[in-house]
Amino acid sequence: MTLGSALMVVFSKNPVHSVIFLIIAFFAISGHYILLNAQFLAVVNIIVYAGAIMVLFLFVIMLMNLNANLELKKSRLLRFAGFLAGLCLFLILVAALKDAGTKSQIAETNTGSIGLIKNLGTALFTDYVVPFEISSVLFLSAMVGAVVIGKKE
Amino acid sequence: MPINYYIFVAIALFCIGVIGVLTRRNAIIIFMCVELMLNAANLLLVAFSKMHHATGAAQNANAGIEGQLFVFFIMVVAAAEVSVGLAIIVMLYRNTHSVDVNFLNRLKH
Repeated sequence: MTLGSALMVVFSKNPVHSVIFLIIAFFAISGHYILLNAQFLAVVNIIVYAGAIMVLFLFVIMLMNLNANLELKKSRLLRFAGFLAGLCLFLILVAALKDAGTKSQIAETNTGSIGLIKNLGTALFTDYVVPFEISSVLFLSAMVGAVVIGKKE
Repeated sequence: MPINYYIFVAIALFCIGVIGVLTRRNAIIIFMCVELMLNAANLLLVAFSKMHHATGAAQNANAGIEGQLFVFFIMVVAAAEVSVGLAIIVMLYRNTHSVDVNFLNRLKH
């Protein structure tokens, strides 16, 4: 389901449909997180990606009033070359990692408590408090940057 | 669940993102494909964090928690990146009345 909706993001003509399929893909990825018992990340993924970021995308698309067939196509050769390059990357990565040493390793599902909010919060505010504060500064600068770029001349 | 399955899902997701970036011309869709690639990396980080937890939980009850914190920080950075990137796309649209990346091949005027 993740892969199917991700494919539809790439191949759907209308940008609004792409956004909808991307939301479905994010929900499917959140499902993967829940299966891995990373509940905090699942919730954050839904709130941040499916909530905030997708609303931004939809807002921008509707602001620009994009139509479905407005987009010019790349030439057939260029599209085919891009598709082939992606496929080659996929094959090479699969072939390289097929026999990697992690073959017998298990990612445990439905157990373990490291994904719970309590443990993650404790680690975040004790060992990783400096990066956390730096990320707040990053947010502030990103906000100022977005406002400056979006401002009319 | 063997870690290999997660590796293959993440590779496939990443490659779909790459194909999207290479084949589309709409700047917004290219941007969404970049988000897809970021999410592939996140998924793999969480899977490896759980794998590390499965092997190292005997010595350290919190083994593998760093991976999930990295995913958290990646999400933070992605949110900041999206806000700036969409501002750039809006400015591009205001200048050229299109979101076609081929009009960007010269950065002047």
